[in-house]
Amino acid sequence: MAPISLRKLNKTYGALTVVHDIDLEIADKEFIILVGPSGCGKSTTLRMIAGLEEISGGELVIGGDLVNDVPSKDRDIAMVFQNYALYPHMTVYKNMAFGLMLRKAAREEIDRKVTEAARILDIEHLLNRKPKALSGGQRQRVALGRAMVRNPEVFLLDEPLSNLDAKLRGTMRAEIAKLHKRLNATFIYVTHDQIEAMTMADRIVVMKDGHIQQVDTPQILYDHPVNMFVAGFIGAPQMNMLTTTITRTEQGFAARFAGQDLVLPRHLDPRLIAPYEGREVVLGLRPEQFYERAPADIAAENLMEIETLVELTEPMGSEVHLGLTWSGTAITAKLSARCKAREGERLALAVDMSGVHLFDPETQRSLFAPEPVRREMAA
Amino acid sequence: MARKPLRLFGHRVHLQTVIAYLLAIAITIVMLLPFAWMLSASLKLDRDVFAFPIEWIPSAPRWQNYVDIWTRIPLALFIYNTTKLTVIVTLLQLFTSSFAAYAFAKLRFAYREVLFLAYIATIAMPWQVYMVPQFLEMRALGLNNTHLALICLQAFTAFGVFLMRQFYMSIPDELCEAARIDGMNEYQIWFRIMLPLSKPALSTLTIFTFVSTWNDFLGPLIYLTKTELKTIQIGIRMFITQYSTEYGLIMAASIVSLIPVLIVFLALQRFFVEGIASSGLKG
Ligand SMILES: Nc1ncnc2c1ncn2[C@@H]1O[C@H](COP(=O)(O)OP(=O)(O)OP(=O)(O)O)[C@@H](O)[C@H]1O
Ligand SMILES: [Mg+2]
Repeated sequence: MAPISLRKLNKTYGALTVVHDIDLEIADKEFIILVGPSGCGKSTTLRMIAGLEEISGGELVIGGDLVNDVPSKDRDIAMVFQNYALYPHMTVYKNMAFGLMLRKAAREEIDRKVTEAARILDIEHLLNRKPKALSGGQRQRVALGRAMVRNPEVFLLDEPLSNLDAKLRGTMRAEIAKLHKRLNATFIYVTHDQIEAMTMADRIVVMKDGHIQQVDTPQILYDHPVNMFVAGFIGAPQMNMLTTTITRTEQGFAARFAGQDLVLPRHLDPRLIAPYEGREVVLGLRPEQFYERAPADIAAENLMEIETLVELTEPMGSEVHLGLTWSGTAITAKLSARCKAREGERLALAVDMSGVHLFDPETQRSLFAPEPVRREMAA
Repeated sequence: MARKPLRLFGHRVHLQTVIAYLLAIAITIVMLLPFAWMLSASLKLDRDVFAFPIEWIPSAPRWQNYVDIWTRIPLALFIYNTTKLTVIVTLLQLFTSSFAAYAFAKLRFAYREVLFLAYIATIAMPWQVYMVPQFLEMRALGLNNTHLALICLQAFTAFGVFLMRQFYMSIPDELCEAARIDGMNEYQIWFRIMLPLSKPALSTLTIFTFVSTWNDFLGPLIYLTKTELKTIQIGIRMFITQYSTEYGLIMAASIVSLIPVLIVFLALQRFFVEGIASSGLKG
């Protein structure tokens, strides 16, 4: 059993703080993914959990034990590095067996575990090769195998797929997800690829500048981002952000954009919108919320007609991404490939308002996000 | 711009290539000439050594020189002394340099960079500046006229540490980290990961150290005055007496003393070239 708790974890380099008071509870056997833009402190956080980076402040608890000062090798973790970090002078077999040899495991046991891992990862035929003679994908598997044979409670993976080509990445994604189920261990995975995060994670941790922005399941993160950063970070193409003014209409509150009242759906709590009446808010619309012909299952009251001008078409095969201007503001829409709009043409679209997001332009927070727990109160 | 290629032995070659080769051959000949002279002189009688014009291939080669050198002076003993000193110093330097370099390259500790710079700065200090005080210190320690004095002096080298550290810097840190997670301590990482990976750098350092220790003249000259402790380089001086200098024998002994250096160089030069090339890439 290895639940992991990060309590006010800090990392400073001299006067520079790169990880700020991270609080995170990771359940046993959870697949948790840290995402965020480059330099946001994902690797640093992971390396603190691994024991490769000294913890400047806060507590790290693994399986009930405070491990701040426990060396890596005694934390019952294994790590897979971005550049694989295989020992170049050892064969694949030796690479995988080395950790066990150091732990003085019996020869037969080592042999059994390495063969077993090699079979699962389909690298049995490579056991006598040196890493130099392997392809990127094969090295990746060996790195996973080296982690597996040790049977650790916690797997730490730092961008393990970023050196692979797109197709292989897809395959390995599925394999790692399968491995997680099979190994029954906690996985902490760092990536900046949101597809990896969305497809594999039980929960995603979105980070920015050393702060956690939101921790939730992929679906909740997509449906209910707590702030503009998360909203923009999750989902591709990015969410459209429009500056609108809240007005009160006969049908309820509306967001007025370019003279048009976009009526807000009823399920949004009017008590949270009311304080913004007459003030500016940022309206977030995902490219997926635009339709040329709205599907029947969307209530008519939630559909708004808008007029746009097509600037750019990007056919993706199954769908088409349109660069549009809507009253002078650039937006992106994702439509079905049946859409035959050409560049320079006017295009009338329906917007599904039921999935809108509203953000306070000053705090950048969603109007509907729960208040952040105040430090002083929590303490 | 490219000239029309010439044809040479059926190969198409450019004029620039031909010139470059001719130049390289000319320089090579100039460099090798003294060795040729030495070899030729080692087969001559003293009175013929400086005869002019130079007789490059002696008409009556005097092989006896190569027999005499072993009996006229205790050359075998000198070779033994030199070998002993060189092997011990080289091994110690490889050990201390790679050990210290590991710390400077891969461990984090306070003032690491400052310490390293201070250590490296000692390269800039010529030995001649401090050899006399150092000698006095060694004498005070009672190490005068011992091999131990030379071994102690030469076991540590800032240059070696620098060379090894540059090489270690090119080895990714993740390798050490993976090893730490695998359960190795720093000594094991150094021994089982770093050393096996640094063969090119170790070979380079071996060549440098071996050659310079083998050929060292000043060190043994200062510290070793007893005949039974002498190395070849100062032992050969015994052919120079107050009344005569036996050039033929000096050259023959020099040729003999050259052989181990050649063997070490040829054995390691593959790694050596590789090492220089790869450290060049890292800049
Ligand atoms: N040794 C160091 N000294 C000073 N600053 C450092 C050091 N190591 C990392 N940093 C800084 O810490 C911050 C976080 O780095 P980290 O490697 O965790 O980012 P990351 O989220 O993993 O980014 P990426 O996606 O590019 O890997 C960066 O701004 C980086 O410059
Ligand atoms: Mg990183």
